[in-house]
Amino acid sequence: MAGSNKTNPTTTLRTGITPPRWLLAELTYACPLQCPYCANPIDYAKYQSELSTEDWKRVLTQARKMGAVQLGFSGGEPLTRKDLAELVKHARDLGYYSNLITSGYGLTEEKIVQLKEAGLDHIQVSIQASSQELNDHLAGTESFQLKKEVAHLVKKHGYPMVLCVVIHRENIHQMPEILAMAEELGADYLELANTQYYGWAHANRDLLLPTKEQFEQAEQIAQAFKEKVAGKMKIYYVVPDFYEDRPKACMNGWGTTFLTIAPDGAALPCHSARDLPGMDCPNVKDYSIEQIWYESLTFNFFRGFEWMKEPCSSCDEKEKDFGGCRCQAYLLSGDMYAADPVCSKSPNHHIIQEAIDSAKASALADNEKPLIFRNSKNSRLLS
Amino acid sequence: MTIHPDHPIKFSPMHRLQWEEAQQKDVILYPEGMVELNQSSAEILKCCDGTRNLAQIVSDLEQKFATTGLTNDITAFLEVALKNGWIQQN
Ligand code: SF4
Ligand code: SF4
Repeated sequence: MAGSNKTNPTTTLRTGITPPRWLLAELTYACPLQCPYCANPIDYAKYQSELSTEDWKRVLTQARKMGAVQLGFSGGEPLTRKDLAELVKHARDLGYYSNLITSGYGLTEEKIVQLKEAGLDHIQVSIQASSQELNDHLAGTESFQLKKEVAHLVKKHGYPMVLCVVIHRENIHQMPEILAMAEELGADYLELANTQYYGWAHANRDLLLPTKEQFEQAEQIAQAFKEKVAGKMKIYYVVPDFYEDRPKACMNGWGTTFLTIAPDGAALPCHSARDLPGMDCPNVKDYSIEQIWYESLTFNFFRGFEWMKEPCSSCDEKEKDFGGCRCQAYLLSGDMYAADPVCSKSPNHHIIQEAIDSAKASALADNEKPLIFRNSKNSRLLS
Repeated sequence: MTIHPDHPIKFSPMHRLQWEEAQQKDVILYPEGMVELNQSSAEILKCCDGTRNLAQIVSDLEQKFATTGLTNDITAFLEVALKNGWIQQN
C-alpha cells in the first residue's frame, strides 16, 4: 500500500522549492458514470479505503497554511461523499477558492443551494456529448437531460458555470453542436479538453484518438467560436499533445504547483504518479503535507533537471517543458526518465506516429473492438 | 470596451478579490485561475464597490495617496479589468 513505507520522506533542503498553489482533492473513486476516457487509474477498484472527514479537514488546513489557494473537489464523483458540504464549509473558512468537478449526477437543487451556503465558489459540470444518445452511451448511464437541468440550476443560483467536454473521436464531429449547446446553456467558461491518454483513455486509445484532419477541423471551429464569444464566454482549450511536436509542461513542473490527494490519502505530484515504477507515494495519514511536499522522495524525484537524460539534459528548451510528462514517457516508452515521446527530438517519437496509425487502422476496420467502460468489474479484470 | 464615466463600477460577483498571506499579495480568483495583483491595481479594484464612478474612484485614490494626475493610469487599468471581466458596469 502506498505510504506504508515509513522511510519514504528523506531530509532535503527546502531552498528553491515553491509551495503548492493547487490542491486537487480526489474525494472518492466511486462514480455512477463509466466514461471510457476517465483519468482514474485502471486499478482504482483495489483502493477501497477512503479518508475520513477529519483527515480531509487536516489536509485542507495544512495545505492552505503553506499557500495553496485553488482547491478542486473531484473524484470519481465527489457528490457521493456525504460530508461534501462540511468539507466545502471548512475550505471556505480557510480562504480557499473551491471548485466542484462533477458529472452533475446526483446534484439536486437543494444540494446546489446547500453547497452555495457552505461557500462553494463554482461548479464544473461535464457533459460527454451534445446529443442524448451519444452522451448516455459514453457515460454508460442515462444522464443527458439531467446534466442540462443541472447546468441551468447552477446558473440560476449565481455560480460561474463551467462546462467541460472531453473531446475524442466519438464526439469530435459534434464540435459545432457542442459549442451551440454551451451557448444555449449560458456557460461562462467552456473547457474543451482533448483527451489525454492516461488511465482508461490509454486503454481505449485506438477508439478515442481522432485523426489529424478531424482534430484540425475541430480546432478551427473552436477557434472561430472563441472569437465570436470573446467577452461573454471564456474558452479553455486543452490541446491533444499527440499532434504537437513539443510536450506540455506537465503539472507546471513536478512538485512546483500541484498537489493531488487520492481517495485513500496517497499524495501525488500528478494524478497518474503512482503508476510509475517504485513511486511509493507518501500517505497523508502518515505525514504532514509539509513533510510530504518538501521532504518526500516522491515529490523530490523529478524536481529540477538533475534526473534528466539526453536529449533533455543538454536541451535549451528544458526550462520550458521540463522534458514533458513523466507518466506519458513511462507509459509509452517504458522509461520514466526519457524525454516525453511527444517531443520530436525524442528517439521514441515514432511511438506517437505508430499510435496515430494504429487508431486510424482501428477506425477503418469493420469489426472495431468495443470501448472498455470504467467500472469496478473492468478495473479488477484489467489489473 | 470602455469605461462609462457616469456609471458606478462594481467588482464582479463571479470573481473573488482576496489577500494571500503566503504570497503577501492581493489576488483575483476565478474558475481554474488566479491573477496576482500589484499594490496599485489592488487599491483600484478595492474601490470598485458599486457605489463610485470613475471620477470618484480617481479622486478618492488621489486623496488617499496625496497625489494628482492618476486619471489616465486608473482608466487604462480599469479598461483592462473590464475586458477581463473583473469589474462590471450597468
Ligand atoms: S471521468 Fe466519468 S467515470 Fe471518471 S470520474 Fe469522471 S464522471 Fe466518473
Ligand atoms: S528534448 Fe526534452 S527538454 Fe528538449 S524540448 Fe524535447 S522534451 Fe523538452
